[in-house]
Amino acid sequence: MTNFPLLSVLLYLPAVVALAMLFVPNMSAQTVKYLALGTAIVCFVLSLIVVFSATNSAALQWEENINWLPDIGLRYHLGTDGLSTLFILLTTLSSIIAIVASWDSITTNIKAYYVTFLLLMTGMLGVFTTFDLVLFYVFWELVLIPMALIIGVWGSANRVYSAIKFFLFTLAGSLLMLVGIVVLYTEYFNRTGTRTTDLLLIAKESPNFSMTLQLWTFASFFIAFAIKVPMFPVHTWLPDAHGDAPTPGSVILAAVLLKMGGYGMIRFNLTMFPQAAREFAGPVLTLSVIAIVYGALVAMVQPDMKKLVAYSSVTHMGFVTLGIFSFNPQGFQGAAMQMFSHGLVTGGLFLCVGVLYERAHTRQISAFGGIATWMPNYAGVFMVFMLASLGLPGLSGFIGEYLSTLAAFRLDNKLYASITMFVVIFAAVYMMWMYKRVIFGEPREEHKNFPDLTPVELSTLVPLILATLFVGIYPTPLMHLLTPVINVLLAPIVGGGGIASLP
Amino acid sequence: MENFLWIIPAAPLAAFIVTILFGRTYLKQNSHWLGIIGVGISWVLSIVTFTQVFSLEKGQALNNRLFTWMDTGRYDFDALQFNVGINLRADHLTAMMLLVVTTVGLLVHIYSTGYMHGEAGYYRFFSYLPLFVFSMLMLVLADNYLLLFVFWEAVGMCSYFLIGYYFRRDSANNAAMKAFWTNRVGDVGFGLGTMLVWTTFGTFQYTEVFRLLEEKTGTGEVGKGLITAICLLLFCGAVGKSAQFPLHVWLPDAMEGPTPVSALIHAATMVTAGIYLVARSYPLYDLSPTARTVVACVGIFTAFMAATIGLVQRDIKRVLAYSTVSQLGFMCFALGVGAYIPALFHLMTHAFFKGLMFLGSGSVIHGMHEEQDLFKMGGLRKHMPITAYTFLIGAIAIAGVPPLAGFWSKDEIIASTWRAGYPWITVIAIFTAGLTAFYMFRLYFLAFEGKERFDHEHVHPHESPPAMTWPLIILAVPSLVIGALVGLPPDEGKIHEFLGKAVSMDALEAFPKLSEETTYIFFAISTAVALAGIGLAYLMYIRKAPNPVTIGERFHALWAFLWHKWYFDELYNAVFVQGTKALGNGLWIVDVKVVDGFVNGLAQTVNRGSGRLRRVQTGFVANYALAITLGAVLIVGIYLLTRGNIIDQLFG
Repeated sequence: MTNFPLLSVLLYLPAVVALAMLFVPNMSAQTVKYLALGTAIVCFVLSLIVVFSATNSAALQWEENINWLPDIGLRYHLGTDGLSTLFILLTTLSSIIAIVASWDSITTNIKAYYVTFLLLMTGMLGVFTTFDLVLFYVFWELVLIPMALIIGVWGSANRVYSAIKFFLFTLAGSLLMLVGIVVLYTEYFNRTGTRTTDLLLIAKESPNFSMTLQLWTFASFFIAFAIKVPMFPVHTWLPDAHGDAPTPGSVILAAVLLKMGGYGMIRFNLTMFPQAAREFAGPVLTLSVIAIVYGALVAMVQPDMKKLVAYSSVTHMGFVTLGIFSFNPQGFQGAAMQMFSHGLVTGGLFLCVGVLYERAHTRQISAFGGIATWMPNYAGVFMVFMLASLGLPGLSGFIGEYLSTLAAFRLDNKLYASITMFVVIFAAVYMMWMYKRVIFGEPREEHKNFPDLTPVELSTLVPLILATLFVGIYPTPLMHLLTPVINVLLAPIVGGGGIASLP
Repeated sequence: MENFLWIIPAAPLAAFIVTILFGRTYLKQNSHWLGIIGVGISWVLSIVTFTQVFSLEKGQALNNRLFTWMDTGRYDFDALQFNVGINLRADHLTAMMLLVVTTVGLLVHIYSTGYMHGEAGYYRFFSYLPLFVFSMLMLVLADNYLLLFVFWEAVGMCSYFLIGYYFRRDSANNAAMKAFWTNRVGDVGFGLGTMLVWTTFGTFQYTEVFRLLEEKTGTGEVGKGLITAICLLLFCGAVGKSAQFPLHVWLPDAMEGPTPVSALIHAATMVTAGIYLVARSYPLYDLSPTARTVVACVGIFTAFMAATIGLVQRDIKRVLAYSTVSQLGFMCFALGVGAYIPALFHLMTHAFFKGLMFLGSGSVIHGMHEEQDLFKMGGLRKHMPITAYTFLIGAIAIAGVPPLAGFWSKDEIIASTWRAGYPWITVIAIFTAGLTAFYMFRLYFLAFEGKERFDHEHVHPHESPPAMTWPLIILAVPSLVIGALVGLPPDEGKIHEFLGKAVSMDALEAFPKLSEETTYIFFAISTAVALAGIGLAYLMYIRKAPNPVTIGERFHALWAFLWHKWYFDELYNAVFVQGTKALGNGLWIVDVKVVDGFVNGLAQTVNRGSGRLRRVQTGFVANYALAITLGAVLIVGIYLLTRGNIIDQLFG
């Protein structure tokens, strides 16, 4: 069975369906929707196979390693380990939810939209399964374009500006990464006489590269990923992109695209440059803590719900980089859990904002008040995501935040963790304050006709709540997925120095 | 045998789940049944637990291990292992807490069927209440610090729900958020404390921590400074949850919640979690005199401050709230002097008589059509005799008149403080006890005795229904007798025998025992001070000589200072609330103008450089296809270029 190219099937199924949609004329909107949903569900089932076939070893599962362009050493190298598996699951799950969320909210250019979305799926899944640098780069760029289109075509008021901004920011980063790839390729060839862009092969050799080169190539990859995460100070595309993206676009952007940054750091930066990673740890940790505090404070004063949630993403993703660059098992687990949880919770929050936007066509906090009276189910659902977002234990947000902070606390410099910990206050402030102004208070007549959650809306939100609860109460299976990966990754970084001796 | 422990919290949890999901549509005004049944099951099993624990030896406990919550894995390069289980443990301390929580919890559930009758959010109320009981039971059953922290936050969340129960009312929402936020300030410290526990001991489990503590202090691996740091960080959490200075400001505002909530959460159970936490960590605190001194100072200051504020408040619930803060201060400084068992003893008696008085005040408010101003009451004893007499029992108990419950526990605290060598705390404590007796009887006289000051046309005070009066009567019983029952003889009563199997007081017992005469002298002083307070209240509020109004006018500055609660809210608002808002707004401007301005400028440079790129953003797929092609050409181009030695050029 392991010879079955499961990953390729998973990867190209959406793209093939998308092409089919393009070439079959006169397809009804309904058919397009069901076809897209069906594809996403099949992908989800395939991803479950990946999850349940995961083993305790760090070796790649479902590996496909084909000599693609032998002349230049390009290989078609796919595979999964615990880390990939986690994100494949997150991607397919979020895709289903985003498609259902698009059902009634996307009303123009329906066919083009679902074609774009399915291509996006292929890109995202490719990013998380590729072990060849060039192939990775292709998928990385493949994600960029459909996402920019979704924002630019199906977005709200300022969509073109936001789409360009998103596009340029990411492009700037990925060009740097491209330079890095080329440098690595050349250096590897110079040293070994073999041409390859295979991640695992390069990672074996890269610790022997000169330190200067390691640092520069580390930086070239890192900046690309940092923009995607996004880290302070390159986060400013995010509030705009979220502010103007359609709801399903925001869901995917938050749930999956930001994770590509954190995933990339672990998969590429740390795998190839463990030494350089140690060198960069200090500044990265500092920027993480700044992002955490800064994002929370700025989120607090946002008048627009979606931008508030966007800035809260900056905070939450700060925990990811904090965890990764603390270089201990808790940090890695924390970062991974935080990314997974952020996908569920922020996805849920964007859906919640979308629900109100559908009804009121505004996202200004001041336009609402007393919604709980008219939409009690909605108030309850929103409450769960609100609490998960502010890191209430028992829901998923707590796991990642606590573990990442604990990881930082293990460093000699306790300042990182101590400052970070204060965010538990600010997170509660911005979320609860927003919630109160929108949901609580005297009911207003103008909202009287707002229907409570529709079955379609419930079908997007309830699975996310269940997943949030599951990760919050029983994250152990997910953590066990990651254990072998961490074992392989951390050993060279920790080296002989032991964990506490890091920056 | 002990595998039933999980049912104790699970029963109310099940009640919550069913009620919240089906309450609004199906259960409606019957929503209380599941909660009552669930908490009833917990109560029965708590008694079972109590009897089982009773026969255990010192250090033994019932254990019920459920499942692994978090496990970050085991690694060769890491000496520490992070593995936290959802495991329950019931020792003597937990058994006592279980009984208190489920008893008061059950009575409050029954009481609420009367008090909340006909409310629109009836199902919501009866979902949150069992959820709280579940969280509180888990809090005391947890066998490790992290799980304790989890349910510490969970009870805070329930408190937030219930304070903000009347969600249309802005003041209720603000009070709910204030409670949660203030608690989170304390939780910053508590959270870091749990982390320090883990990095120091490699485990969160109480028994393991205390075992390793002994081991590692023996070898000198863990020093005094580290222990003090852990103690102080944990105490931050207690300061928040148990409403101690400087985080006490949330509790009086929490009275916005329905009164049964105030009784259960904000008097009897949740607010005592901080006391529980410190008592639970007694081996740590015993080793750190520095930390204990801090605890004692915070406690006595809070006890005194809150009592002075309680002297002048007009709102019946606010007086009780400040009294709660003050009594928690008593428990807190008792912990600080190492008198853990007297603190827990007072926790228990206080739970009964303060729960009783809060429910009594609810009965008054119910009978007075939502009136809470003491100066618009008076003479209510004739209209609601059961409420009045049970309230009187509570008031005597808290005032510290023998032989009621409060006397024994409070006297033990005061005597222990003296024994531990804190004469100045003892003196302030005795004075504060006098204040307590005074303001409590001021409340009693204003509400139940004297002239009827309410508007007879609109207000017709009446006794509450049996669902409300029975819990009052039941709670009056322990308020009367429990102190003498378990507290005699002082320092050697049954409560000491029982709790002593879970909590040692080595630091306190290092001091010589008080002689019998000293004990009696303290009895006499306590009683005299209590009676003096009651007498003064009688003179001022029944005889009107001296007249409280004249006194208030003569010492107007002092009165205003107390009326404005020492201006803490004003101070915090000016410094923290406005400060944080200003910071947030300032940073937002920085974000848009400076950070984004900079990168936008950079982007625009790129934009100009690549001229046509902006026009690409038209949404035509063909354009993007072109972009991809160009990109591909670029890749190949760079690839060809780099066959030469670009590395040397770049990094030479």
